[in-house]
Amino acid sequence: MEDKGQIKKMMIIQSKATLENVYACFVLANGARMEGIEAEIFFTFFGLEAIHNKKLDHLHVATVGNPAMHMPTLLGGLPGMEALATSMMKKEMEKIDMPDVREFIEILSASGVKLWACKLAMDMFHYNREDMIEELDGILTVGDFYKQGAGEGTHMLFI
Amino acid sequence: MDKIISGKNIGLTDEGFLKDFAQWDKDIADALAAENQIVLTPRHWEVLTYIQNEFKNDVPLSIRKIGKSGIVDIKEFYQLFPVAPLKTATKIAGIPKPVSCI
Repeated sequence: MEDKGQIKKMMIIQSKATLENVYACFVLANGARMEGIEAEIFFTFFGLEAIHNKKLDHLHVATVGNPAMHMPTLLGGLPGMEALATSMMKKEMEKIDMPDVREFIEILSASGVKLWACKLAMDMFHYNREDMIEELDGILTVGDFYKQGAGEGTHMLFI
Repeated sequence: MDKIISGKNIGLTDEGFLKDFAQWDKDIADALAAENQIVLTPRHWEVLTYIQNEFKNDVPLSIRKIGKSGIVDIKEFYQLFPVAPLKTATKIAGIPKPVSCI
């Protein structure tokens, strides 16, 4: 069959847990599956919060250091600003039928997206398997993750 | 782009979606399914009928909606239509390609 350099697998490395970054990652992974492309996500460093059972329901939008928020940095740093921006963003997302983080993880898992936690980061944060979502497919080293990406048409993305 | 499907001349988009649902029938669905390596079972038909009804009621389709339909969960949806399920199912159902990213 003619290949034409088609994307066959997306390997996404999720290193942050600000809400907008987590959604970007999840939409890209889900969008891949909807097109018949395989997708796997490797959660590392702060990205682990997106699959940590006690933390994933409380992810926030970044209000500081984000010029596109059109909010002065000093204002963005005031107590409660992150929560306010987050609740506004969540309302908008519900309007466009965007699932919350927990439901999104269920959708990804049911769609066949593989979800991996980075071993090094798990050790660093002192997280255990039981702290993480049930849907987690395993805890991998970087080398393991690269092996998962073997094959033609694999693309890697760092978020 | 026109194509002969199950003996009829059918108008298709570049991506292979029917231009006019009025041209659709069950034989065409079977033929389109076969092109996608799918043999339609009663379970497929339940999903296809649901999708067609949603389309007739102008409800935009998404994977999330399918999962909440009560007809099929997302896992089974991917089992029934393994490659690009929403695109494939809407194509077989004879309705336009959904524009949703989720």
